[in-house]
Amino acid sequence: MSVTLLIEQLLNGVQLGTMLFLMASGLTLVFGVMGLINLAHGSFYMVGAYATAAVTASTGSFLTGLAAGMAAAAVAGALVELIVIRRLYHRPHLDQVLATFALILIFSEGTRWIFGSSPLRLSPPSWLTGFVTLPGNTRYPIYRLVLIGVGIVIAIALYVLISRTRLGMRIRAGESDREMIGALGVNISKLYTVVFALGAGLAGLAGALVGALQSVQVGMGEPVLILAFVVIVIGGIGSIKGALLGALLVGVVDTLGRVYLPIFFRAFMPPSEASGVGAALAAMLIYILMAIILAFKPKGLFSAHD
Amino acid sequence: MINTTSQRAPGAVKAPGTERHFDRKGLVQMTLLGLLLILPVVAYFLGHLYYVNLASRITIIAMAAVGLNLAIGYGGMVSFGHAAYFGLGGYVAGISAYHAFDFTPFMSWPISVPGSDNLLVIWLAAALLCALLALVIGAISLRTTGVYFIMITLAFAQMIYYFANSWPTYGGEDGLPIYIRNTLPLLDTGNALTYFLICFIGLILAMALTSRLMKSRFGAALTMARLNDVRLATSGISPYPIRLVAFVISAAITGLAGALYADLNGFVSPTVLSWHFSGELMVIVILGGVGRLYGPLAGAVLFVMMETLLGGITQYWQLFLGLVLLGVVLFAQHGVMGLLAGRERNE
Repeated sequence: MSVTLLIEQLLNGVQLGTMLFLMASGLTLVFGVMGLINLAHGSFYMVGAYATAAVTASTGSFLTGLAAGMAAAAVAGALVELIVIRRLYHRPHLDQVLATFALILIFSEGTRWIFGSSPLRLSPPSWLTGFVTLPGNTRYPIYRLVLIGVGIVIAIALYVLISRTRLGMRIRAGESDREMIGALGVNISKLYTVVFALGAGLAGLAGALVGALQSVQVGMGEPVLILAFVVIVIGGIGSIKGALLGALLVGVVDTLGRVYLPIFFRAFMPPSEASGVGAALAAMLIYILMAIILAFKPKGLFSAHD
Repeated sequence: MINTTSQRAPGAVKAPGTERHFDRKGLVQMTLLGLLLILPVVAYFLGHLYYVNLASRITIIAMAAVGLNLAIGYGGMVSFGHAAYFGLGGYVAGISAYHAFDFTPFMSWPISVPGSDNLLVIWLAAALLCALLALVIGAISLRTTGVYFIMITLAFAQMIYYFANSWPTYGGEDGLPIYIRNTLPLLDTGNALTYFLICFIGLILAMALTSRLMKSRFGAALTMARLNDVRLATSGISPYPIRLVAFVISAAITGLAGALYADLNGFVSPTVLSWHFSGELMVIVILGGVGRLYGPLAGAVLFVMMETLLGGITQYWQLFLGLVLLGVVLFAQHGVMGLLAGRERNE
């Protein structure tokens, strides 16, 4: 249990947390403003990654690819909002779940149709590969540090957007009273499209950034989507602050659990059994965390809706 | 409201609309059930075992959806995690057969629990364990409502999924094959038709139970908990225990279906625990018509047929499933049974 390992895993946890925040902030905004539960959010994550991989491969520039990926996800989000989601705002949650589940099937199979079943290759640009040496002699990949940086920048940008700009004012007003801001002359349907596209764009950015770290494949958005659900349930649905704290909590707890639980069980169990028990318990850890938090605070840590 | 026609004196003038409505619904229901029973028998004697097993699959999936319909349709509890109970039921059958096969005990401390290949024991264990799991999950999840409830049930199901995936003893992500067909006294469960009939009886019992429950005082309370829980509380009945009991029964039915499914396939894997399967079960309930007794059956028939027919034409059949589903949600809110047999609930 060296310090190096601890620092490295803490950073990994924070990196996972920041990417989860990019997903969760969009989900929680869409729920907070429109009262809509969107399962297809993971599809925008996938669209962002695929568009980035395709454009990076043809232009050779990762940054161009990244911009294209984010734009593609935002456009996909806007289109989906205009064609489908718009009809669902006044429907029960059950209909929203099913319609967006249908969207997942359409997006996933459509992508498989266009790009095939095998994963696409996407790697970070050469100037972002390599390692830095941190205090305590920890060697850590630059790219992961950059991901953490991007997450922090986006978090600050979102904070400024929501608390300092006119659009943010409308979003906050939409969260507290939808009918009233409509009556005051704000174009609600345009606001909804913008918020939805913003959330989709952030998801696409997360997909592209993580896609360069892991792999770009059909269904890559689904595990992240479910983690993002856990995040916003813990943080309180509709709260950006809750999404940030929830994301960091889930990221760190999940990462540390996977590393340290098997080590912990090895202290008093035969190694083969310990790794099994440890891995199984680590996989369940964040859900247990969620259950404990909900047992005390059924509306999450920072609920925007009381 | 079904009884409006039968309460009239014989010979009295009946409102033509209600009469036709009742007949059409009864006709659709009987046709559905009759075809499901007769076609596999015919297929069996013509030697097409594939179709018998397909019918068993439809029947089992329908039974799982009957369980889910009790929670979603009648109780208004949108559970996105019923795959957990279906999968747990399947793993009870698989694990029990695994220990019966190599004569090791499932548990040796504090009490010795041997494996068993007796289906009655397996079904009882599956139903009880699923009820117990649903009691724990439900007790926590039902403290919340709306979107929170959807996401929490989903998250708990994912927890079970990842647990099964990473627990190496029973196959982990590779799944657990069942080398022996679990047995019933006096019956040859390895026979495709016999097994179909067992599943069919299971489905009928599950539907009969739902019907009886919903006609009882408990059913009335559950309906009120869905429509207006404040009013229910005012009349002196606390909604929480009513919902919890309905949730537990719902999970037990789905779990039994899961045990039947594992034995049909001779295999159980984390796939049946995945959230995709929870979604598919919901799709089936919606396709058929939410909160209708025959809805899950109609939905399961339609779903498995689409899967089989479209899947034979294109490997991207889920794309078309998605489009159909989107169409149903946006434009046909009362499901197949609503289209075929007229609206049932006055909502």
